Amino acid sequence: MFGYSMAEIGNIVVMQGFSGLSMFTVLLLMALGLAIIFGQMGVINMAHGEFMTIGAYTTVMISKVAASYGFTDYYFIFAIIIAFGLAFAVGYLVEFAIIRHLYKRPLDTLLATWGLSLVMQQIFRSTFGAKEVSAELPEWMLGSVNPTPDIDIPINGLFVMGLAALVTFGVYMFMYKSRWGLRVRATVQNRTMAGAVGINTAKVDRVTFALGCGIAGIAGAAFTTIASTGPTTGTLYIVDSFMVVVFGGAASIVGTIASAFGIAQAQSVLQFFMTSSMGKVSTLLAIVTILMMKPEGLFASKLRK
Amino acid sequence: MTLWEKMCASDLLGGKQGVIGLAVLAAVIFLVLPLGVDIFRLNLIGKYLTYAFVAVGLVLLWGHGGILSLGQGIFFGLGGYAMAMFLKLEASDPITTKIQSTPGIPDFMDWNQLTALPWFWEPFKSLPFTIFAVLTIPALFAYIIGYAMFKRRVGGVYFSIITQAVALILSILIVGQQGYTGGVNGMTDLRTMLGWDIRTDSAKYILYYANGLLLFGAIFLSKYVMSSKFGMLLLAMRDKEERVRFSGYDVSNFKIFIFCLAAMMSAVGGAMFTLQVGFMSPSFVGIVPSIEMVIFCAVGGRASLIGAVYGTLLVNYGKTVFSETYPELWLFLMGGLFIAVVMFFPNGIAGIWDKYATKYGWFKDKAVTAKKPEVSTTGVETHAVLTETLSAEAAAATESTDVAASVKKTTRKKAAISSPNIRGAEA
Repeated sequence: MFGYSMAEIGNIVVMQGFSGLSMFTVLLLMALGLAIIFGQMGVINMAHGEFMTIGAYTTVMISKVAASYGFTDYYFIFAIIIAFGLAFAVGYLVEFAIIRHLYKRPLDTLLATWGLSLVMQQIFRSTFGAKEVSAELPEWMLGSVNPTPDIDIPINGLFVMGLAALVTFGVYMFMYKSRWGLRVRATVQNRTMAGAVGINTAKVDRVTFALGCGIAGIAGAAFTTIASTGPTTGTLYIVDSFMVVVFGGAASIVGTIASAFGIAQAQSVLQFFMTSSMGKVSTLLAIVTILMMKPEGLFASKLRK
Repeated sequence: MTLWEKMCASDLLGGKQGVIGLAVLAAVIFLVLPLGVDIFRLNLIGKYLTYAFVAVGLVLLWGHGGILSLGQGIFFGLGGYAMAMFLKLEASDPITTKIQSTPGIPDFMDWNQLTALPWFWEPFKSLPFTIFAVLTIPALFAYIIGYAMFKRRVGGVYFSIITQAVALILSILIVGQQGYTGGVNGMTDLRTMLGWDIRTDSAKYILYYANGLLLFGAIFLSKYVMSSKFGMLLLAMRDKEERVRFSGYDVSNFKIFIFCLAAMMSAVGGAMFTLQVGFMSPSFVGIVPSIEMVIFCAVGGRASLIGAVYGTLLVNYGKTVFSETYPELWLFLMGGLFIAVVMFFPNGIAGIWDKYATKYGWFKDKAVTAKKPEVSTTGVETHAVLTETLSAEAAAATESTDVAASVKKTTRKKAAISSPNIRGAEA
C-alpha cells in the first residue's frame, strides 16, 4: 500500500495519529468553548478564534517575560491562568457591549461577531506585528518519548493532552455538577421560567459566554506549544471548530470530544497519504455530507423541540 | 393614462417611489458614473457592480427569505471560473503557447506537468456551452446543497455554517488542484472573447454597460419575484415558517428555488467580473469574500434591492479609498461597520432613507396613496393564508387563544411589509 511496508504503516499511523492528537487537543478546547456558547446559548461566535489568539499572545508575552527573568521552567502554569482570565474578561465585556442586544437575532450575532473578529485581528496586527511569534518553551517540554526506536512522541503533545483532559473534566463538572451549571442549563431550557424562579438570567448569559471565551484562551495557551501565533491564527481554526461542534451534536460534551477526535485524526492521517489540502478537503467534505444526512449531529440530545 | 402614470401604478415597479428610485439608479449607473470618472475608475466601479449581483440575490434570499447563506462566493466563483476557463482556452491557442512543452493547453497546466487538456475543460471551448454552464452549474450546485438541507429542515445558523464550510472546501480545492485550476494565482492573462479584445478601453465601456443592463435585469427579475404571490409566501416563511407549512405549502421547495435563483444571479456577476477584470482567483470564492458580500447587502438594507446596489458601491468605494491610504484603518472600519449595521441600522441605508423620506413627507402624494391599496391587497392575501392556517390549526385542535393572539400579531406585522422591521420579524 502506497509503497510502505506494514510495520512502517503502523509507525506512520501511530506518529501521524499522535500529531493528530495535538491538533485534537486544540480543536477540542476551542470546541468546548464553542459548545458552551453555541450549544448552550445558541450564539454564533465568529470571533471565537480571536479569543484563542488572545490566549496565545498572552502566553507568548509571558514566556518572553519569563525568559528575561529566568523562570522559564514554570511560567506555563501562570500563562494558562492569565490567558484564561484575560479571554474571560474580554468575553465578559463583549457580551455586555454587543451580544446581549442580539439574542433574538442569531444570524445578526454571526455578522456582528465576524466584525468583532476583524477588529480584533487588526488590533493584534497593530500591537504585535504581522509576523508570527512563538513562545519560548520550557526545557522539559522539548524532548520526546520513544516507546520503540521508530516511534517518536513529543512531550509537549502529551502535556497539552493532559491539559485538555483536565479542562474537559472541569467543564463537565461545571456544567453538570455545580449550582452554576444548573442555572446555565435551566436558563437554556426555559428562560422565562428560570427567571421566574429567581435566576438572574442576564448574569448567567454573561458568565457563560465569558467562560466559553476563557476556555478558548486556554486553547490559545495550548496552541503555542505546537505552533507559532500570528494575527490571523484564530481564523484558521474557526470553521473547523464549528464543524466539530455541529458534527458532535451541539449540546453534548461527549459528542464534542468524539467529533474533535475524529476530525483531527482523519485530517492528520489523510494529510500524510494525500496532499495536505486534499486531506482537509476530503475530511470537510465527509463531515458536510454526513451533516446533510444527519443534520442534528452524531450525539444529539434527545429533546423534543 | 400616460406611460408615467402606468409605470407608477404598476405593482412590479413599486409605485412612484419605486419608479423614481430605479430611474435615479439607472441615471447614476448609465450616465453620471461613465461621464464623471475615467475609464480606470469606471472599470473598478464595474467590478463593484458585479458584486451587486450577489447582493441583489442576498436581498431575495436573506432579506426576504430569512436564509443567510455565507457561501455566495461559491456561486460567484463558479460563474467566474466557468467564464475564465473559456477565455483561458481562447488565450492558449497552439501558436501563442508554442514555447510550452505541450502547446495548446493553458500555461499553468504546462507548469504542472499536465500533457493533455482535462476532460472537463473540453466543453468550455464553446461560448454557448460556457454561458449555459454559467447559468446552470451554480444553480445545480445550489439545488444539491439546498435539497439536502432544506428537505431535512436544516435552517438558520446551521445553514449558514454549512454553506461557509462548503465555501472553504471549494477554495481549498481550487488552491490545491493547481494543475486544473491555476491554484492560488487563479486564471490570469485572459485576453479575448471570440477574437474580441476585452482589454481595450472601448471593450471596457461596452462590458460596463452590458453589466449594468444585466444588473437591471436581475433587479427587475427580483422585483417580479417579490411582487408575486411567491414573494408574499417568502416573507411569510421568514416571519413564521411553521405557519406557512401548516397551511399546506411545501416550504423547502420555495427555499430551494430562491437559493438557486440567488446562486444564478451570483454566477452571472462572477462571469461579468471575469470579463471586466480579466482574471479569476480563489480569493473571490472563500469565506472572507462570501461574508463581505453579505455586509454589502446589509449596509444597503437587506430588504431593499436598490439599497443593496448602493451598499455594494459604498462599501467597496470605502474599501478602495481606505486600503490605498490607511490600510490599517480599513479592517477597523470594516469590523465596525459589521457591528454598527447589525446593532443600530438593521435596515441599512434603505431603512434610514425610508425613515426620513416618510418623516419629511417627500413622497407624500399620489405615490403613497397609490401604494396604500397595494398593502391592503397583500393584506387580503395574507388573510387568505391565515384563514387556511386557522382551519388547519383548528383541525389540529391546538390552543385557540394562542392562535387568536398570533393572528392579531401577524396582521399587524403584514401592514409593515413594505419596510420590514427586522427586530419585530425575528422576535
